[in-house]
Amino acid sequence: MEKSTWTTKVGLAQMLKGGVIMDVVTPEQARIAEEAGAVAVMALERVPADIRAQGGVARMSDPELILAIKQAVTIPVMAKARIGHFVEAQVLEAIGVDYIDESEVLTPADEEHHINKHKFRVPFVCGCRNLGEALRRIAEGAAMLRTKGEAGTGNVVEAVRHARAVYGEIRRLQSMNEDELFTYAKQIQAPYELVKQVAAEGRLPVVNFAAGGIATPADAALLMQLGVDGIFVGSGIFKSGDPVKRARAIVEATTHYNDPEIIAEVSKGLGEAMVGINIDQIPAEQLMARRGW
Amino acid sequence: MTVGVLALQGDFREHCAVLQRIGIDPIEVRLPRQLARVERLIIPGGESTTIGRLLTRYQLLEPIRARAGHDLAIWGTCAGAILLAKEVVDQKQGGQPTIGVMNLTIQRNAYGSQLDSFEAPITMPIIGETPLPGVFIRAPRIIALGQGSEAVGWLADGSVVAARQGRLLATTFHPELTGDDRVHRLFLEL
Repeated sequence: MEKSTWTTKVGLAQMLKGGVIMDVVTPEQARIAEEAGAVAVMALERVPADIRAQGGVARMSDPELILAIKQAVTIPVMAKARIGHFVEAQVLEAIGVDYIDESEVLTPADEEHHINKHKFRVPFVCGCRNLGEALRRIAEGAAMLRTKGEAGTGNVVEAVRHARAVYGEIRRLQSMNEDELFTYAKQIQAPYELVKQVAAEGRLPVVNFAAGGIATPADAALLMQLGVDGIFVGSGIFKSGDPVKRARAIVEATTHYNDPEIIAEVSKGLGEAMVGINIDQIPAEQLMARRGW
Repeated sequence: MTVGVLALQGDFREHCAVLQRIGIDPIEVRLPRQLARVERLIIPGGESTTIGRLLTRYQLLEPIRARAGHDLAIWGTCAGAILLAKEVVDQKQGGQPTIGVMNLTIQRNAYGSQLDSFEAPITMPIIGETPLPGVFIRAPRIIALGQGSEAVGWLADGSVVAARQGRLLATTFHPELTGDDRVHRLFLEL
């Protein structure tokens, strides 16, 4: 018997596909998420909208809170470590979280190096804005990706930009010959072997969800139609008027993403969505998606 | 032969890909009108709480129960096995909907957290002598077999990881994540 193999790490992400992973800050919210059909929860002290509003340094959550959330639900529990903060990741592995998100939503701990994720038994999910960033994270050992979007804004525009970038680049790769692939790998600063693999298979080697700004069932279905494997919803649910109803609606829209009649039905009477922020009104240094290298 | 793969959530595309490799064009089943067209149904790996909720919400539970084992052969992998079992231990708080058609008792997340997910070879004589590569991800465990259900797959320690009851098949592991399509072929003959 062999534990924590690459197949089991990537495999858990496969099992989450077509599902919604929800940010929760209390065991009660975790129960609501599970009841609504979430495939996993992300245990946090503050959702990105509050991190953005309150400012300061955002760190890994209190292990006690994460364990209380783990106790409350039977679905997988994920937690965030700061970019490059491998000791936060060691702590999260020690308390037995199911997945670690090395996340730009927290304040980076290292401005040059990401965590060497090969050294861990627990699998990691990492953010990306384009194919180069996606493949750099995989080279470091990420077993799952998510496009970054811009967390805590309730504005889907960056999530769309990043998903279109990743899948557009994959389509372009498929038309290149070997000579061009060498040069392209250099341009996007990605390992050639991974670039070659993506070109041959026409898809990423790991599961890729969308994140950052998804606030409505239609937002979720939009990203699914653009090609992502599933959805992270951060502030969008528990910062809205009726979290239970909205959570269920986003789950159903993610399943039936190609069925506009069902998306229309689940979108009815959801109450207020979270208040959104226009990206061009955010000072450049406060854009979370730019964190990560 | 019309084969459906329940596509509410989980790794249904991996099952579809295996079927396509062996010459079957599967139907993705999300609604009762798609279910009505299929003679065989694979329930993929995923989260049993999520799939159970969507089965209820989109009126799929009753039509599946009514046909299960009769004019509908069903194979559940991992979460799918949980959904097929009549008794489920360690359900989410407040319980969870299941199809409940196989006389099995199954325990969710029985091996621990993701850190306890593992790979190990499986003995499954009905598909041949060569051991099957077994991928177990936050896997459930079959802890009791009731009337009419028989063990058909084992780990080296003797624990049961596959069970069959007539035209119903449950595996706690994921043949769809490996290159070995023998369980898919077996299912097409149930």
